[in-house]
Amino acid sequence: MAVTSSGTATVTLPADDQILITREFDAPRELVYKAWTTPELVARWWAGERGKVTSIDIDLRVGGTWRFVMEANEGFEVAFHGEYQEIVPNERLVNTEVFEGMPDAAALDTLTLTEEDGRTQLQVLVQHTSKEHRDGHINSGMEDGMQEAMDALERVAVSLR
Amino acid sequence: MMLSVARAATTADAFNAVAEPRRRAILDALSDGERPVNDLVHALGMAQPQVSKHLRVLREVGAVEVREEGRQRLYRLNGHALKPIHDWVKNYEQSWSERFVQLDAVLEDLKQKEQGDGSDE
Repeated sequence: MAVTSSGTATVTLPADDQILITREFDAPRELVYKAWTTPELVARWWAGERGKVTSIDIDLRVGGTWRFVMEANEGFEVAFHGEYQEIVPNERLVNTEVFEGMPDAAALDTLTLTEEDGRTQLQVLVQHTSKEHRDGHINSGMEDGMQEAMDALERVAVSLR
Repeated sequence: MMLSVARAATTADAFNAVAEPRRRAILDALSDGERPVNDLVHALGMAQPQVSKHLRVLREVGAVEVREEGRQRLYRLNGHALKPIHDWVKNYEQSWSERFVQLDAVLEDLKQKEQGDGSDE
């Protein structure tokens, strides 16, 4: 499979209440981890093209908190915060995440970094705990192929464009 | 980390319609083409009232359309109704892609710094 350093992120929905983001980077995982956990480095990428970072706080220890704030291009402020729950430097980072505009909908994020030949595969699994998603689970009684369904839906949606 | 996935929660939208796995199974079955109810009942191994109930929900959000042909009611997928889901995922993916392009630049700088120093910082 062809790999480029500026590939697009891939977003899949492995289960009803999960989102998985994957991306490969042309750098060893120590550097990806560093860029992910150092405030002044996070400030350089986190807003993407959607705004300007105004504040990054990271207290990188289990039980420590983080808070990221950006001013969106449209002028409003967007803030997230959470707590670090598990830290394996350069490999794995588990933290809660709350979008301050929707404080009831907390998620649990797991960052996983794996390295091969100097390149890093980054995965972020977002596990939602909001009632809406949870109810979906309870009702379904099974956790089967959301991804297959999404693929099918995507085929259909694309074909109808 | 930092993933805004906010969207309005309403009972009759495409997101809720596909939140139920059996409804997704119906959509999958219909993605190959138009089918009568009995065909779906057979293919999915569900009771007919159950299939009808799910078809009703899918019709409410426009994900499935029906037409009469003789004594049969034929159901078909309407991908347009599912486009909000596709768009939502794509928009989300796009925002992460933008973010990661910036992260690429940060990593390039870090790599050069390391080479320049000849040591880890």
